[in-house]
Amino acid sequence: MNRFLIPLVAFLVLVVFLAIGLSLDPREVPSPLIDKPAPGFRLAQLRDSGKTLAVEELRGQVWLLNVWASWCAPCLEEHPRLLELSQARTVPIVGLNYKDSRDAALKWLAKHGDPYSTIVTDPDGRVGIEYGVYGVPETFVIDRHGIIRYKHIGPLTAEALQGAILPLVRRLQT
Amino acid sequence: MTPELGHFSLIVALTIACLQAGLPLAGAARGNVAWMQVARPAAQAQFLLVALAFGCLAWSFVNNDFSVLNVASNSNSSLPWYYRLAATWGSHEGSLLLWVLMLSGWMCAVSLASRHLPLAMVARILGVMALISIGFLLFMLLTSNPFERLLPPAPDGRDLNPLLQDPGMVIHPPMLYMGYVGFSVAFAFSIAALLGGQLDATWARWSRPWTTMAWVFLTVGIALGSWWAYYELGWGGWWFWDPVENASFMPWLTGTALIHSLAVTEKRGGFRAWTVLLAIITFSLSLLGTFLVRSGVLTSVHAFATDPARGIFILVFLVLVIGASLSLFAWRAPRVGLGGQFGLVSRESALLANNVLLLVAAATVMLGTLYPLFLDALNLGKISVGPPYFEAVFVPLMAPAVFLMGIGPLAKWKQATLPELAVRLRWALAVALVTAALLPLTLGKWTPMIAFGLLLALWLTASGVANLWERLTQLSMAGGAAPLSYLKQLPRGYYGMLLAHFGVAVFVTGVTLVRGYETEKDVRMVTGDSVEVGGYRFRLDGLVGVKGPNYDATRGIVGVFKGERRTGTMQPEKRIYHVQQMPMTEAAIDTGFTRDLYVSLGEPLGGGAWVVRVYHKPFVDWIWGGAFLMGLGGILAVSDRRYRLARRAAQAIPAAAGAARA
Amino acid sequence: MKLLPALILAMSAMLTEAADAPPVAEDPVLEKRVIRLASELRCLVCQNQSIADSNADLAADLRRQVREMLKAGKTEEEVRAFMVQRYGDFVLYNPPVKTATALLWAGPFVLLVVAVAALFLALMRRRAQIDERELTPEERERARTLLAGGGEKRP
Repeated sequence: MNRFLIPLVAFLVLVVFLAIGLSLDPREVPSPLIDKPAPGFRLAQLRDSGKTLAVEELRGQVWLLNVWASWCAPCLEEHPRLLELSQARTVPIVGLNYKDSRDAALKWLAKHGDPYSTIVTDPDGRVGIEYGVYGVPETFVIDRHGIIRYKHIGPLTAEALQGAILPLVRRLQT
Repeated sequence: MTPELGHFSLIVALTIACLQAGLPLAGAARGNVAWMQVARPAAQAQFLLVALAFGCLAWSFVNNDFSVLNVASNSNSSLPWYYRLAATWGSHEGSLLLWVLMLSGWMCAVSLASRHLPLAMVARILGVMALISIGFLLFMLLTSNPFERLLPPAPDGRDLNPLLQDPGMVIHPPMLYMGYVGFSVAFAFSIAALLGGQLDATWARWSRPWTTMAWVFLTVGIALGSWWAYYELGWGGWWFWDPVENASFMPWLTGTALIHSLAVTEKRGGFRAWTVLLAIITFSLSLLGTFLVRSGVLTSVHAFATDPARGIFILVFLVLVIGASLSLFAWRAPRVGLGGQFGLVSRESALLANNVLLLVAAATVMLGTLYPLFLDALNLGKISVGPPYFEAVFVPLMAPAVFLMGIGPLAKWKQATLPELAVRLRWALAVALVTAALLPLTLGKWTPMIAFGLLLALWLTASGVANLWERLTQLSMAGGAAPLSYLKQLPRGYYGMLLAHFGVAVFVTGVTLVRGYETEKDVRMVTGDSVEVGGYRFRLDGLVGVKGPNYDATRGIVGVFKGERRTGTMQPEKRIYHVQQMPMTEAAIDTGFTRDLYVSLGEPLGGGAWVVRVYHKPFVDWIWGGAFLMGLGGILAVSDRRYRLARRAAQAIPAAAGAARA
Repeated sequence: MKLLPALILAMSAMLTEAADAPPVAEDPVLEKRVIRLASELRCLVCQNQSIADSNADLAADLRRQVREMLKAGKTEEEVRAFMVQRYGDFVLYNPPVKTATALLWAGPFVLLVVAVAALFLALMRRRAQIDERELTPEERERARTLLAGGGEKRP
């Protein structure tokens, strides 16, 4: 009797995994850069193309890096929350304008509002690759020492902000 | 009205299915003949109702009824009528309806072709199939109704995905589903046998033709899918180990094991419990495939749009059906007797070894497909398992199986000896070795992989010829006439086996040669430029704009030359479909027995220049040719007179042992 | 392009020296390596395609990255490591061999060994259980009748 039960048992084990699988997202790519130093860059700024910004200049404060583009529809979804966040002055938001044109980006900000303290441009996506960006929008939380502490993939939702990002920011700021 | 009629048909079909499940199964348990007799007419009624529902949906598609949500989401008025028809099964909901149509079709076929089966068995078989039907009908009616209305109606539809606007779409899903669903018959036979307690050689003989037919459909369905990907995607690849492809391959592997296991059960009464388990496993893999494609658990190019509710429903259904069958198996299988004794070297052992290798291969494919899910569920990280893995593990498993295919048919039932087999096969092996060693040299390049692949294919062919010759000479020695005159006397089942095995040899040859010898060039061409690939010269003679029924295209006119002689013109296209604005590559393929020439347009580079990809693929069509030969072999086997019901008195049996080894 | 001018051009091309089309890639040998490596790397925005097969922007960017690194003399191992550092193991279609994937890589072999062992055990058990004996004279007679074509009613 024993060995005839093996197929049933094996099947039930499989079912458990499949059931867990229903709650997972097979396409989400977790970042291996958590708790590692934010990759360095020195990029031209969007608003004043003569000036540049380097990652090192942001040491000493907790900041968010928000990857966005004017051609990205979900970026529009999260934009109101970014605006609220910037008005509350909780944490500086640095924008990484990803694979975009200056004109289009500036027009978009003029139309929808500008929550960013600074914006740098990454026209061919190289810095994006350094940060493991694979879609827009993405948001990173980086601490005073320049270490990436969190990555949010997709538009920022109220739950993500309240539940994960803002508590983390507050903790890092103390 | 029509959609509502279709919807209503499905509801009535569900009611009939409940009757078809409840009464016959209870009747078989209690010996109530009247209840058991409900099974056949109920199955036929169900088929008519589901066909009616399917017809209603197809009608809505062909007639551009955009008040039906499914039609609006998957069709368009500028789509040619045959693609509007194919779009009926182009979505999750529509393909489910196709599934149920196939299921009721097989049910109806069983109800009509089962006069020789005892009523209790028929009642149980149809009852079990009805239970499956209930599950799918409920699934459709509760979560995936194809007849849902869109009010107000859309002015036009979102169009069928351009990748699906192809003859392949018209035939591949129906064939594939006939295969998937066909294994439900073998499954139902097995459950009926477990329930009724009759599990013997006769049972195997009854279920064998049904199982083989399902296998044929699945083989052809998978081959068509592969061929379609090859000419549609523009890259010349033909198998990607994508989760959905794997989901169809796993039941094929276990299904192949099943048809071989059934052979033993039919002829020697052995492997009974194992055969039953295989039938349950094969159909379970079909159902698992349904789950994987529609639940969102795995990423795949083939996956339908997903919804967690659907995933949960299917999973619950899986647990009920497979859990119940495996429990029934655990309970009843120990009582099933064993067949005759057989030695360690014998045809039975060879077939068992074949089963083991095929099952391990199927388990390996499942391991690779589901491993990312396992790790993610256990929070151990996220990995991808792709072609490099599958190719590394699959070939070492299959090579011994192919080698055994040469030996098995020659081995005697019950007891054979290795030395005797070696003597009978020595010429086949010698021929195979020598040819495999020398052939690559004549073709221009020798690598171990090419030689090994050819060795396997040649071994299969040579051992098949040796087998045939041996039987013919044995008949000749007994009967006195020339060996070849006995060709007509050998049973069709035997030729079916030879042909199917030969199909495998053809397949292996195709894969080996195309991998080993294909060449390609990616070039930048303006009109007038030419390029040499594979001994042919390809010249871009011009580029024209073309207007299709629902797309605009740039078509390249490419002249093909061998030496000075023009052998043909190829016309690859780059299409933009109006509705979805999706660019699509239509490769131009010059199909030949010994090679394919494959030309596709890449991106425009400006100034009239285009990226053009030119491939020379030797023997690539042998891949699908081999698969079709396998299918043909299966059909031959099914048409063996053993299964034909109008058989009269036993024919004279020749004294020689040869013919009796049918 | 209209067909007629194209034909005229084509005919004039036939009369002059036919130009041999230059390869798209600057360096076809390098490109072969790029494609081979790219077909092992996953396109992260696609539904299960490699960056060699995909037309997506990210795929093109990553192919460019691979090309530049190989051109600069990096080994294929280094390119893979680069990708994994930024995207994790998910980006490799050829799963790495480490503790978490031990079962994956060893699995097929282990399954084979277990299956063959199970087969042997089953066959041994079978041997013990099957009782093979000679036919009795009555059974022999019955067999002879059946083989000669005389049917018998099924009980």
